[in-house]
Amino acid sequence: MSAKAEALGGAEESKLSPQFHVAHHFDKADTQFDAGRMGVWLFLVTEILLFGGLFCAFAIFRSKYFPSFVEAHHHLDRVMGGINTIVLISSSFTMALAVRSAQKNEKKKTTILLAITLACAAMFLVVKYFEYSHKIHDGLLPGGNFTAADFASGHPGIFFAIYFMMTGIHGVHVVIGMGLILWILLRNQKNEFSSRYYAPVENVGLYWHLVDLVWIYLFPLLYLVG
Amino acid sequence: MANTATVDELGHSPAVRGKNYLNQTAGVWSWLTTVDHKRIGIMYLVSVLVGFGLGGIFALLVRLELLTAKKTIMDASQYNQAFTLHGAAMVFLFIIPSIPASLGNFFLPLMIGAKDVAFPRLNLLSLYLYWIGAIFMLAAIVTGGVDTGWTFYVPYASGVSTTSVISATFGVFVMGFSSILTGLNFIVTLHKLRAPGMSWYRMPLFLWSLYATSIIQVLATPVLGITLLLLIFERAFHIGIFDPTLGGDPVLFQHFFWFYSHPAVYIMILPGMGVATEILATNSQRRVFGYKAIAFSSVAIALVSFLVWGHHMFVSGQSELSSAIFSFLTFFVAIPSGVKMFNWLGTLWGGSIRFTVPMLYGIAFLFLFAIGGLTGLFLGMLSVDLHLHDTYFVVAHFHYVMMGSTAIAFFGGLHHWWPKMTGKMYDENLARVGFALTFIGFNWTFFTQFILGTRGMPRRYYNYLDQFQPLHAFSTYGSWVLGTGFLITFICLARSLKTGAPAPADPWGGATLEWKTASPPITENFEKAPIVTLDAYERPAEETA
Repeated sequence: MSAKAEALGGAEESKLSPQFHVAHHFDKADTQFDAGRMGVWLFLVTEILLFGGLFCAFAIFRSKYFPSFVEAHHHLDRVMGGINTIVLISSSFTMALAVRSAQKNEKKKTTILLAITLACAAMFLVVKYFEYSHKIHDGLLPGGNFTAADFASGHPGIFFAIYFMMTGIHGVHVVIGMGLILWILLRNQKNEFSSRYYAPVENVGLYWHLVDLVWIYLFPLLYLVG
Repeated sequence: MANTATVDELGHSPAVRGKNYLNQTAGVWSWLTTVDHKRIGIMYLVSVLVGFGLGGIFALLVRLELLTAKKTIMDASQYNQAFTLHGAAMVFLFIIPSIPASLGNFFLPLMIGAKDVAFPRLNLLSLYLYWIGAIFMLAAIVTGGVDTGWTFYVPYASGVSTTSVISATFGVFVMGFSSILTGLNFIVTLHKLRAPGMSWYRMPLFLWSLYATSIIQVLATPVLGITLLLLIFERAFHIGIFDPTLGGDPVLFQHFFWFYSHPAVYIMILPGMGVATEILATNSQRRVFGYKAIAFSSVAIALVSFLVWGHHMFVSGQSELSSAIFSFLTFFVAIPSGVKMFNWLGTLWGGSIRFTVPMLYGIAFLFLFAIGGLTGLFLGMLSVDLHLHDTYFVVAHFHYVMMGSTAIAFFGGLHHWWPKMTGKMYDENLARVGFALTFIGFNWTFFTQFILGTRGMPRRYYNYLDQFQPLHAFSTYGSWVLGTGFLITFICLARSLKTGAPAPADPWGGATLEWKTASPPITENFEKAPIVTLDAYERPAEETA
């Protein structure tokens, strides 16, 4: 019996694709999957702390320059932000369904769902592009670059510093997420996943849900409550 | 049964095929593409020693400049760069990765009977990120230096300084990812890859300290990442978050910075405590006294470390109430530290102590950490800190902890595990000379600075009053002894690679798993996968009888 078959208990072997093998330092495939999942969760913790710093800065400056924050947030486009929220939540839903279909060996369905997720992510970025160019055109920019006239309150530049840093870093995460989704889409096309092995789909899914979750906090804080 | 062996049997397994992790494959490329935790550990070891050398040269230059008031060898702006680069190199290139990434990488899987860490490729990536970060830091030196101090305080770092702040801070930002990946890897490895029978309470205490360290690395480092990113954007694009002229808040930078950098102090010291525990246990030939107390005090230190950052800001305009709370919380760190101290002493008590070279470092650690730790209490107390803040007392305190404790533990660990890593024994007499000069030179240099500090000499000053000159000169002479000590240690270790006698599997009579395999270990770590049947530091019955 091959080492792989031994590690999986023989009968389970056929459910894994031929390309898959258990790394030599794990005793069995399930340990490897568990380790990967745990690693991703820990990584997500670091992401929350990274954004945590920005949320903290938001809270401090909002209480410090409350009138500025109220005034400045009226210049954000709620419709575009709202559309992006719907787009991103939908993409999280299709991502979750893609994990489910990968678990159920429905390769074609997985591909379609991942493609929709990817399209939603792209649409999010397109909307973001229009929002950004509008802000830049109006001079609604961070700190020293702020040039927009007729603001009654003192420090709108701080609001836009927070806005651009938070949405910018979030946007970078969306781009990275698109790369990851494309990567598992291609691997899915090569029949690498099955009900026995779908860890990468699940792990990318976890990351994508976090990207969605961060936006779910960003949208009301920046666009709605000011 | 064929592929497994109990620890007892491992000790008697026949000699190996002559292949080990060092000569399994050859060539630079085989090292640069390796995923073997032992090779990655060795590459980290060489890298952090280079960082230590670099930081050490800047340290000697700083001390030389301070030999006399006014100009000795460099002007004021060069002096500012020298102490900044000394601090930045020592903290980010040396101490933070030192024990976890080199000794930890090498020994964590060995000590739990695993073949590798959970994510070997991520481990290699972490090394590459460290190198990339180091290149950005070195680029900063070449392209104009950095003169902000290693803490990069704003608004000086974000606007006033004309040096290469962006390159240096970006380097630190990248090295942060390296640190996070190492921590993440260790946590998952300890959870998922312990050998059969290796329960949590059977792990060597070094691993408990690495576990606590990893938690801090994972939770605190991202905050440094976002802080430095904001600083870089502030400097490059004037976003205003830290710039008071644009409505920003420079004290916010200090909060962010110390939210990472205070826990980071425990990233530095906890692994040193772990190494000291291993050395003391091995060389007193008995089980560690108060195993669980030491294990949980590591975790307790990690948790408390997140609640005390404000004690760096007692004079930064923080409210009196917050200062009082932070001061109160700071004293809690003393409890788990004291628990460790007394349990180490309890381990020595009644043990059959052997004064091997590593043991000398272990005992020096106890002595120096006691001084470093207790002087921390002076600084945690508000009324005393007002007078001692930003004086040489602070400099002496953290050098007793960072250098006297962590670096001494690191070199102790290096001597302890050197035979295992390289397969060579070093000249113990020469190593003793190196140790003695290091220990004397260290106290000579830094105890003097406690006195300087209490007399009011402010830290980071280029010039000083004449009354401080004799003590400054005395401290500088000490730094030469200290430098000589390290030089002899390096020569001793380097020479052993060529002329050292072959090391046996277990030169010190250790009870932990890494001594049960050949020196140096084979690529797979163990001939047969170990099954653990003994508690930590417990010896098989026939040995103790």
